[in-house]
Amino acid sequence: MDTQVTNEHDRQEHYLNVDYGIRSWLLTRDHKRIALLYLGSITFMFFLGGIFALVIRLELLTPAGDIVGADTYNKLFTMHGVIMIFFFLIPSIPAVLGNFLVPLMIGARDLAFPRINLASWYIYSLGALFGLWAVFTGGVDTGWTFYAPYSTTASYTKVVPTIVGAFLVGFSSIFTGLNFIVTIHRMRAPGLTWFRLPLFIWAHYATSVIIILGTPVIAITLGLVAVERVFRIGIFDPALGGDPILFQHLFWFYSHPAVYIMILPSMGIISEVITCFSRKRIFGYSFIAVSSLAIALLGFLVWGHHMFVSGQSVYAALIFSVLSFAVAIPSAVKVFNWTATLYKGSISFEAPMVYALGFIGLFTIGGLTGLFLAALGLDVHVHDTYFVVAHFHYIMVGGAIMGYLAGIHFWWPKITGRLYPETLARIAALIVFLGFNLTFFPQFVLGYLGMPRRYYVYPPEFQVLNVMSTAGATILGVGYLLPMLYLTWSLRWGARAGANPWRATGLEWQTPSPPPTYNFATTPLVTEEPYAYPLREAREY
Amino acid sequence: MATTEHVVAHQFDDAEQQHEASTLGMWLFLVTEILFFGGLFLLYVAYRVTYPEAFVDGSHHLDLRLGTINTVILIGSSLTMALGVHAAQVGRQRALVGFLLLTIVLGSAFLVIKGFEYAAKFEHGLVPGPGFALTGPLGPQVELFFCIYFAMTALHAIHMVIGVGVLAVIAMMASRGAFGPAYFTPVELMGLYWHFVDVVWIFLFPLLYLIGGR
Amino acid sequence: MLERLGLMPTQASTVSGDVDALYLSLVGLSLVFSLGIAAALAYFAIAYRRRSEAHEAEQIHGSLALELVWSIIPFTIAMGIFIWGASLFVTLKRPPDNALEIFAVGKQWMWKLQHLEGRREINALHIPVGRPVKVTLTSEDVIHSFFVPAFRVKQDAVPGRYSTVWFEATKTGSFHLFCAEYCGTEHSGMIGTVTVMEPDDYQDWLSAEMAGGMAGTAQGDDPLSVAAAGGELFRGLGCHTCHRQTAGALGPSLTELFGSQVSLRGGRTVLADEAYLRESIVDPRAKLVDGYQPVMPTFQGQVSEEGLMQLVAYIKSLAAEQDS
Repeated sequence: MDTQVTNEHDRQEHYLNVDYGIRSWLLTRDHKRIALLYLGSITFMFFLGGIFALVIRLELLTPAGDIVGADTYNKLFTMHGVIMIFFFLIPSIPAVLGNFLVPLMIGARDLAFPRINLASWYIYSLGALFGLWAVFTGGVDTGWTFYAPYSTTASYTKVVPTIVGAFLVGFSSIFTGLNFIVTIHRMRAPGLTWFRLPLFIWAHYATSVIIILGTPVIAITLGLVAVERVFRIGIFDPALGGDPILFQHLFWFYSHPAVYIMILPSMGIISEVITCFSRKRIFGYSFIAVSSLAIALLGFLVWGHHMFVSGQSVYAALIFSVLSFAVAIPSAVKVFNWTATLYKGSISFEAPMVYALGFIGLFTIGGLTGLFLAALGLDVHVHDTYFVVAHFHYIMVGGAIMGYLAGIHFWWPKITGRLYPETLARIAALIVFLGFNLTFFPQFVLGYLGMPRRYYVYPPEFQVLNVMSTAGATILGVGYLLPMLYLTWSLRWGARAGANPWRATGLEWQTPSPPPTYNFATTPLVTEEPYAYPLREAREY
Repeated sequence: MATTEHVVAHQFDDAEQQHEASTLGMWLFLVTEILFFGGLFLLYVAYRVTYPEAFVDGSHHLDLRLGTINTVILIGSSLTMALGVHAAQVGRQRALVGFLLLTIVLGSAFLVIKGFEYAAKFEHGLVPGPGFALTGPLGPQVELFFCIYFAMTALHAIHMVIGVGVLAVIAMMASRGAFGPAYFTPVELMGLYWHFVDVVWIFLFPLLYLIGGR
Repeated sequence: MLERLGLMPTQASTVSGDVDALYLSLVGLSLVFSLGIAAALAYFAIAYRRRSEAHEAEQIHGSLALELVWSIIPFTIAMGIFIWGASLFVTLKRPPDNALEIFAVGKQWMWKLQHLEGRREINALHIPVGRPVKVTLTSEDVIHSFFVPAFRVKQDAVPGRYSTVWFEATKTGSFHLFCAEYCGTEHSGMIGTVTVMEPDDYQDWLSAEMAGGMAGTAQGDDPLSVAAAGGELFRGLGCHTCHRQTAGALGPSLTELFGSQVSLRGGRTVLADEAYLRESIVDPRAKLVDGYQPVMPTFQGQVSEEGLMQLVAYIKSLAAEQDS
């Protein structure tokens, strides 16, 4: 009986079994297969960056330097940052879940430019190879911020290959963003008007706008740093008339909005998950949708808040500070709306929901501590301390990665056609939540006490908090390993998922799991607003 | 004729949707290109405001004659490109191929002249780096001008090289009759790109060659 | 109490109490908001948990009134914090006129500090309690950042430009001086100690014979004051041959320069502050004084950052003599 079901299932043609062999993957133009290629690449990068993080935390267990040398430590935190930001977080949700879901959610057969989509993965891979080359032939020690003149004149490490890697990855995300914008503009199913779009799509639209406007600027800036090193000229070197502060302006013009590239897609996931597991329409749909665009636009006007102690003028600092406070409002609006969505819902607690609730809590703390950093007089003290480290990990790990894991679990049945083990997944979510807080909450206190970031050895009075942080990191490590293991396990042994295991609305659930190559047997017609819970009929495919 | 047989890609509903999507994609790509050059323009502005004299000095070391000739050539190539797009739209195959080839010739001429300009700079030691020839009090700042000059013109030249390469492919396709009134998207997109590269030069020429009352 | 629990650093400057007040207010605000959100999440999660498959949610689309409330209230609060933080920042950026002056140069990987009277220190700074101190900062190589947690102040030391930071210690004792901007291998070893002393002890310390080999001059006798060292350098470099008070001198007279408005060629004027003096030495053509020819050679690379600071101090002292 059991085998019979399996055989029947396997006979159904979908994107995974339509053809086999390495060529069918490496030359695919199917957005779903490209998403899986990305999933493999970024998972590898995530664990590589994670190993660096663990060594960093082990080194900081004691005030003295005892596991690695100072130069090695500097390379470790640099490569942790470079890998996690450029090679994992920025591509993570857009290139994997966005790639998989944008066409499905808007009822399209594929992205507008499938070949460019595949090219973006190859460019990413080439960039990643440059990054790995730099890592394995000696590493790089500039910090992921590549500040001049350290990066241009003082560092004797593999700066140029790292920059080439980051440059290439930038272009791969430009291709992805461009593809999304065109697809969302031109290829929505009939009846799918802008205000019927899922909030995941709004979030990816806003993200794509940031990607195509910001990424070219970082590309040219890092390119100039590489040129400066290779030809020994002084674009940013004060000894040759250049201005290192100008580098910081150009760098943060992209790298602050880049934070929103990481967090906006995650916010999109949270809107999908919260509505599904409370079986409820989203509270304040248009406010959440428009706040994504507000964040994307305001996000381009606040970069100077990374430079309050660099010596920029007081007036510039005042303007950047007030705008930074302003950008907090659309994020706060989202948090309030998600919370209000739960009111009078019918709430269940599957793993994606546990991650999503965790996201709201951690993102709230991350956002509120952002206010500390935007407040000028206070930022002077906490700038470049562990307070900043804690803050951005609450946003990027507590926010972006929690959202990413919520999304991976939520759409895992759609992607693979299998269910993951629910209890184990809930336990993993709790471990991640606890481990995360133990790792990063003490760092707020450390930072206010004055421990500067990027310190290899530190005064002994900071040890207790560092030990707590390291203990948390090991727990967090286990928390990340678990999903990796049981999700892999579920590929073979997980229970079969139906087309719509969560009884969710949304076009992606109205096609079989896994979906056929061209997504839909017939182009769906949309007649309702999004999140029209409760689902009227449970159709099976 | 081959043109009528062109298939709409599987992800699109019809040719019109495909054309609209491709055009929007190209415009978005050009937006990223503007920001790509934008970083360099920002550097230019920042350093010109800081070192106005050195920029005038540096500008006077450029070959205005060759720069002017190149400007004329590039504007001419934009004209031939536009005529090419028109020829594709009205289905004049031979004219299309002819205009594309003419654009390639003009683009290559620009690059050759640019090469001579670069060669002269190498000869006179005006290439930034340890061997920079100008050592006067303004030396380092003029060197900064030349950094920006080379960064901007080289990035522009790279775009020209790519443009000429793609033009060659499109010209080859055109000679096999791939385009006609029903399908001319690649020619049109190439036109957009080519005009963009041209417009960048229209900004570069006065900013680099014409400052300081020449 | 928070200090004793190890949750806050020592308050040892006039501004540290103000910074802490802002910090604690924000902590309080964060607690209110995050606990509020957490309580709402927990309450909804329990009260509206799905009891059976038949349990249906009550569909609510939203509420304009609520959206306005939770946009406008946070916005108002945010603007309040902005004003608070900004006014504190303006205080931090305005050194009092009577401040004691210290010159500091960061280099990989040490802080080199010099007192106006001439005494030099490395990775150590002695200052009197109850007197504002203004540190003029620059760097010889990469960017560093001057950070004293107990004083709640921080300022980047950027090569090629001057920046300043000021503080007034309220407590004697020793406090950490950190480099807060990553600067290479020994970044975390670029740590110094700020020793705050009673004013009398400070005077004694200042005039004490060099004990530990930190000689102010090569001869090893009483260190020259910074301005006097600058004067020697000034004459040694031959600056006085052009910068004279006589008519027809090639360079402008420097006696009343510091603090005045200088008319530049092209009609602009500029305030003659430390940064302007430094720029005019290393890059004389950048801001040319009206009525003079661009004949001065650059001293970029010929005078160390410390030498430049001495020259600047000397030119400042000329103006101070005129005043008195």
